[in-house]
Amino acid sequence: MTRRFLVIALVATSLALADAGTRARAGLPAADEGAIVHALSRLTFGPRPGDVAHVRAVGLESWLARQLEPARLDDRECADRLRGLPTLTLSIGDLQRAYPRPDKQTLQMVRSGEMSRRDLMERLPADKRPARITAELQAARLIRAVESEQQLQEVMVDFWFNHFNVHSGKGEVRWYVTSYERDVIRPHALGRFPELLRATARHPAMLFYLDNWLSARPDFVVAAGPNRGRRAGLNENYARELMELHTLGVDGGFTQRDVTEVARAFTGWTIDRPRDDARFVFRPRMHDAGGKVILGTRLAAGGGEAEGDQVLARLARHPATARFIAGKLVRRFVADEPPPTLVDRVAATFRATDGDVKEMLRTIVASPEFWSPDARSAKIKKPFEYVASAVRAVGGRVETQGGHALARAAAEIGEPLYDAQPPTGHPDRAEAWVNAGALLARMNFALALTQGRLAGVSVDLPRLIGDAAGPPESTLGRLLTAILHGQATAETRSVLTAQLGEPQIRRQTPDDRGPVIPDVEKLAALVIGSPEFQRR
Amino acid sequence: MLTRRVMLKAGACALLATAVPPRFLARAAGAAGARRKVLVAVFQRGAVDGLSMVVPHGDEAYSAARTAIALRAPRRGDSATAVDLDGFFALHPALAPLAPLWHSRALAVVHACGSPDTTRSHFDAQDYMESGTPGVKSTPDGWLARTAGRLPAPASPFRAVALGPTLPRSLRGDAGALAMHSLERFDVRAASEAAVARKGFESLYEQGVRDLLHGTGRETFEAVRMLKSARAARIPPENGADYGRSTFARSMRQIAQLIRADVGLEVAFADMGGWDTHVAQGAEEGQLANRLRDFGQGLGAFVQDLGDRMSDVVVLTMSEFGRTVAENGNRGTDHGHATAMMVLGGGIRGGKVYGRWPGLARERLFEGRDLAVTTDFRALFTEVAVRHLAIAPPVDLFPGWHGTPGPGVMA
Repeated sequence: MTRRFLVIALVATSLALADAGTRARAGLPAADEGAIVHALSRLTFGPRPGDVAHVRAVGLESWLARQLEPARLDDRECADRLRGLPTLTLSIGDLQRAYPRPDKQTLQMVRSGEMSRRDLMERLPADKRPARITAELQAARLIRAVESEQQLQEVMVDFWFNHFNVHSGKGEVRWYVTSYERDVIRPHALGRFPELLRATARHPAMLFYLDNWLSARPDFVVAAGPNRGRRAGLNENYARELMELHTLGVDGGFTQRDVTEVARAFTGWTIDRPRDDARFVFRPRMHDAGGKVILGTRLAAGGGEAEGDQVLARLARHPATARFIAGKLVRRFVADEPPPTLVDRVAATFRATDGDVKEMLRTIVASPEFWSPDARSAKIKKPFEYVASAVRAVGGRVETQGGHALARAAAEIGEPLYDAQPPTGHPDRAEAWVNAGALLARMNFALALTQGRLAGVSVDLPRLIGDAAGPPESTLGRLLTAILHGQATAETRSVLTAQLGEPQIRRQTPDDRGPVIPDVEKLAALVIGSPEFQRR
Repeated sequence: MLTRRVMLKAGACALLATAVPPRFLARAAGAAGARRKVLVAVFQRGAVDGLSMVVPHGDEAYSAARTAIALRAPRRGDSATAVDLDGFFALHPALAPLAPLWHSRALAVVHACGSPDTTRSHFDAQDYMESGTPGVKSTPDGWLARTAGRLPAPASPFRAVALGPTLPRSLRGDAGALAMHSLERFDVRAASEAAVARKGFESLYEQGVRDLLHGTGRETFEAVRMLKSARAARIPPENGADYGRSTFARSMRQIAQLIRADVGLEVAFADMGGWDTHVAQGAEEGQLANRLRDFGQGLGAFVQDLGDRMSDVVVLTMSEFGRTVAENGNRGTDHGHATAMMVLGGGIRGGKVYGRWPGLARERLFEGRDLAVTTDFRALFTEVAVRHLAIAPPVDLFPGWHGTPGPGVMA
């Protein structure tokens, strides 16, 4: 009982302090429990047991400073857990050699029906199939989300991957994604937007996914290779999504004419040896060397490769881009409908710092909008966030195999990682994720997790709640504190308290005489499947 | 805007106060039972090339604009060529399973159909088509949700269902629409005593605030019970229907199961991606042909499976826009404007390609490059929804639109 009062008192103080935070614009509010839980729910994949106390001890300000410098955090334990995923460190060329696509003759046999898909699968040992590359990436993402100390870095990797989405199921992209995330997204996740943009534009994964590698000046004839003699020409796909989704935003003021002109500027940006080492190359012979007009600016003829870089630099510095990126960041960290005042300030930070992601995050976390009571629990967790946060909440540990199991769970709830076909990536809004089938899948994941049915994910509930021998009500109280941190509504408390009366939940000892031991697994699943835990 | 949803939730709460089964069964019986008209909307996401799907071989500018990817003119008896419809248009050969429907007048095509908005953004164009308000992003609900909301009570929890992992924009809003990607997995599954867990979760979502999350939770459990008692997931395909293995066909198969299970389905939604053929689109064979084959097989099997029940069902296909008339530099097509949409099922005047053909000569093209729109999609959607589902006036499914329903595809 005292504990519950304590929780209520803490919530009350946290509300009062949120007000204080509103007044103190530049700094972070004092580290009361509610504020810490809020910060952890937005800047990490959710608190683990002990995290709130840790942040209270080191202070929110210095905790955030450390999260913004992930390279200085000791993450060896997480790295150990990734050792069972050998593809993560391989180059594109090594991946192509280690996980080769079926040869032409075999593919022809499958196409003609001579060989069934099943036969094809049986010929390829499971650990040599190209699909393995994606499976390992998915597992790694889940392992990192749960286990890594570099939580904010991981949150930003997810954010930027969706922003600069590529689909692993499209052609050669499967062999390129590992490098794309490792060499492009991760190094720049907390870096500068213009550099991140430049790196995505040159990576084979993006060049292939949005077809730019094939885009050429009109009447270009392929001179050598398997497509020798074939005519090629302009392809608008990358140019359009570059402006609509990567930089300016759909309302950023570009026209169809701009799309065509930008596409012309990027002709010749292609992939050398796409089925081997697959490196970026600029091929002057494919390039449309004529003059161009882009967003009202004239580019002189003969700009060559530098022309594409000029376009990227101009787009990265365009005010519409600052606003578009700011809006998406505020949506991720504050609310589905981003408060315009905060978007303005983050956009101003973008412009003042040349798109410094850290500075934009600092602006967000120091804002009254971030700490506003309206923002608390305002976001519905994406399936990936939900799965990772559930494992973290119960102090679960993830082995290699567990990474695969958690990735499958996120897919079942609606978010198969690296498998978003449209270039928008996975959405970041509640209405995309709240529906009947997905909600059931969330509940079923909660049950599988707490009942120990996910191979490679270990959960020690008795340790989480300490002494299970006390009265069932206090067991429930400890579960709620550990998983929901005092954010359970009165309704949820009373429903779960009523559950304790269920004979199947209120399990007796075998001889019916001993103490009542509630079904902690089911109770924990109910808490993880509760409405409160779907939010962050 | 929340009226129906709130009523439904209030109903669900009352349900729990009394003993659950009798009230529920009574309501289910009222809501289901009688056979209802069903509208199935199928979205081809990514902008299908209408000029390859329903080929205007009679327009001489067609093959001139596409050196590598134009389909050859149909030749009678040669199943490798397109299937002639009326001497001017032909069906892509991969859609051959739909040809018998054309001949029995159960399939109509509306060509040069699309949106008056000129965006070539997939995401905006899909949003506009699904909200039903071209150029307006703030519309809170989807056109199918508004359609379902106009149907008379009693509403089943299965009145409006989307097959897939997320609820599409078309069905967002006040209709209490369900999204599910598997009928079989639509239940709480536990190591033991799943019923206890189900009851626990259900109670958690019955309490508290009336927000999206709780509302969805309440509707979910009502639907779970209903689906279990109807054993919908166990209904096998009939009449020798072979759906194949595509995800789209699986969606269509499950829609057929819901129709056969008589759970009160009135509006269904399925979608299929992979139409964004910027590179190596192919002609009679190839990438687009493979997609169309899955598409045609799924639709064809659906019709065959339902047999006589198709007299109550209309399928309407749509896509956010079409593709450039000319092929691009990579034997593909870029984002265009108008496309072709299909209507199939009972009570339609099929065997005809509707819509004024604007022509493919360069001077007839929209912005000099794309097939022009001559039928506003809202005219088609209104005609199909209002006539098939017998929606009483006023005909206001599309806010801000005052056009005339058409083009006359409903009998």
